[in-house]
Amino acid sequence: MSNFYDEMYATPATVRPHYTAFAEWLAQQAPQVIEQKRAEAELNFQRVGITFAVYGDNAGKERLIPFDMIPRVINAAEWTRLQAGLVQRVTALNRFLHDVYHDQAILKAGVIPREQVLNNAQYRPAMHGVKVPSDVYANIAGIDIVRAGEGEFYVLEDNLRVPSGVSYMLENRKMMMRLFPDLFARNRVAPVEHYPDLLLDNLRSAAPQGVDDPTVVVLTPGMYNSAYFEHAFLAQQMGVALVQGQDLYVKDDTVWMRSTRGPQRVDVIYRRIDDDYLDPRAFRPESTLGVPGLLDAVRAGRVGLANAIGTGVADDKSIYPFVPDMIEFYLGEKPILNNVPTYQCRKKDDLQYTLDNLSQLVVKEVHGAGGYGMLIGPASTQAEIAAFRERLLAKPEGYIAQPTLALSACPTFVDSGIAPRHIDLRPFVLSGKTVSMVPGGLTRVALTEGSLVVNSSQGGGTKDTWILEN
Amino acid sequence: MLSRTADHLYWMARYTERAENTARMLDVRVQYSLMPQSALAEEQGWRTMLGVSELQSQFDAKYGSLSQKEVIDFMVRDPDNPSSIASCLRAARENARAVRGSLTTEVWETKNTTWLTLQQHLKSRMFEHHPGKFLEWVKYRSHMSRGVTLGTMFQDEAFNFIRLGTFLERADNTARILHVKFKFLASDVIETDAQVEFYYLAALLRSVSAFETYRKVYRDAITPTRVAELLILQPKMPRSLVACMCAVVANLQEVRNDLSQDTERLAGKLYGELQSAHIGDILDEGLHAFMTRFLASIAELGNGIGRDFLLPVAPELPEEAPAPGQTQTQTQGQAQTQTQTQTQPQPG
Repeated sequence: MSNFYDEMYATPATVRPHYTAFAEWLAQQAPQVIEQKRAEAELNFQRVGITFAVYGDNAGKERLIPFDMIPRVINAAEWTRLQAGLVQRVTALNRFLHDVYHDQAILKAGVIPREQVLNNAQYRPAMHGVKVPSDVYANIAGIDIVRAGEGEFYVLEDNLRVPSGVSYMLENRKMMMRLFPDLFARNRVAPVEHYPDLLLDNLRSAAPQGVDDPTVVVLTPGMYNSAYFEHAFLAQQMGVALVQGQDLYVKDDTVWMRSTRGPQRVDVIYRRIDDDYLDPRAFRPESTLGVPGLLDAVRAGRVGLANAIGTGVADDKSIYPFVPDMIEFYLGEKPILNNVPTYQCRKKDDLQYTLDNLSQLVVKEVHGAGGYGMLIGPASTQAEIAAFRERLLAKPEGYIAQPTLALSACPTFVDSGIAPRHIDLRPFVLSGKTVSMVPGGLTRVALTEGSLVVNSSQGGGTKDTWILEN
Repeated sequence: MLSRTADHLYWMARYTERAENTARMLDVRVQYSLMPQSALAEEQGWRTMLGVSELQSQFDAKYGSLSQKEVIDFMVRDPDNPSSIASCLRAARENARAVRGSLTTEVWETKNTTWLTLQQHLKSRMFEHHPGKFLEWVKYRSHMSRGVTLGTMFQDEAFNFIRLGTFLERADNTARILHVKFKFLASDVIETDAQVEFYYLAALLRSVSAFETYRKVYRDAITPTRVAELLILQPKMPRSLVACMCAVVANLQEVRNDLSQDTERLAGKLYGELQSAHIGDILDEGLHAFMTRFLASIAELGNGIGRDFLLPVAPELPEEAPAPGQTQTQTQGQAQTQTQTQTQPQPG
């Protein structure tokens, strides 16, 4: 894994042009100052309570996501291209979602096998024929991107259900500006702080027809959810109520919240709860997190939900290989961003290829998330590969395989000083009447040497992401 | 405002205030224990203190002997004691965390920092080695919480519910402190000559930060009657019952809704009674009887606020009326945040 693209250095002695100002600044910093700033950052994150909850052992325990102070910098030209690619991709995905819940033209045309979509657990028949505001399903999308080489970006994953991480993007920027104001004087870093305003505009546009001044709420599973900080943060930044399922009820297909002055109507719900838990009457009956009758209110067009129910059918890893085809089918354009070549283990030939090359491939669960349940062939032992082979054979349709990409790396503070660590990027794309985004996203970094797993649940950290203006 | 939000704000304030008052009660007890007294009196002193918080049986079930060390452990650190300082500060912080969006950054960070620092103090066992210093710290963190609330919060409903919680809890706690001290003074385990009485009353006054005020108001010897008058009927004394009720009435009025008439009437009645009472009337009734009645009214008021504002559209929840005199705690109904079992993509 030694052959990777370094974001900062073109050669060990040459700094890339967009990193020059930062490199000069870094060279002037005394090590003890850096150490002091690192401690200050940690203390601040603790105090502000920017934590996430960990599942499994130690349930309920809060942890800090490690924050690295070396920013990930992207130059204007590359960002322009990335942005165009993201807008194109998310537009096509929303067109696809509208299509599969209405005419199903793409299935009729045979571009995607019918059963791939209609038998998918994430396909929600209840949404068929339901009109959603602006025909937008994924109002908020988080697209995971990695770089393999110069100008060579790949989309690793589309997150169209309840993508999280945007609060870290905003808090990381705030922290960097607080710790190193002089850095921002030397670099023209595009601002990201207006994200909550864009989000609120976007959510307001998802209101049912005829509602002029919609009441928007953020629906959270509660303070023990891993992303609770983000839910509270976004609600506060937008100035809207943060609600739980128990705060809402549906009467006559209308959603109400219980307030100290009596019931108050809710028009738009930015929900951070998965489909399955959203309405015990329609989905999982044991869910206590949702609101009974919510699906009826959605179907009656009495409440806007962001994201809409049923977006999971478009970000499933079994659908992922078809996204380039969607772009050509709906937009008549060539995809700007690459897809990673994907072997679908449900296919006999692809399964055979995967089994023959397990030690070279990354194998993922179709429905997995958070970096759980995946195999990274080159980084695994013989025993791990053998164990994974059994799981794969038991349920081939549950997996896809991809070549192991040489993810780019960015210099990062580690115990021994500064060393390159692999990174990815999650920009957030907002779709409503128009498609908008703030320049940047969340950069995640795998803190273990050589590791390709950037998920915070697996010990990943984050960095501030700079888009440099020309 | 969401009823659940109001509930969290109200209880956040109550638990913050309760931690401070527990610290005050403990502090005065620690000071008493420095005075020459019999072992029996010493033990009786701690026992009355537990009695005032209705915690005697819980303590006995868990701890063998009754000494300062055990009681302090129980009242400061013990996570099983819902009234311990650690439990209160944790509950205050958890309630704040649940509604951090309705608080200013400063209020949230104050509650969170208090809780984080408490973990260090518990680890170093500062409360054992330097109880006075630790209790002082608790009081100052409470002062800071209150100050940052007054200095930064927009004065809307959120503010009113916080204030309601603060003053209702303080009324309850001042009444309890008075109740127990006078009970102790009246008991036969100590010989109450004038000098002993002076020390006990002075410590009582200090526990509610009223020693200097007493001197200023009365310019005279410290007598039980005047102490009772100051802490019950003096409207300018910030921890007196009448001052607390004045604030409860004012804040209730701000959040008034269609259901709250009876609760407002009860608060108004209680306030009016204190405003017009003479200390002689109260002593005639008997301080014990008066305090028992007052504490019951405060509990009823707490139930009323819960019913009218905090759980207004949840009729299926059983209404739990605590036994008179029992310390109220947050109900486990609506206020409880469910532990979620759902797995979502991790942030970041």
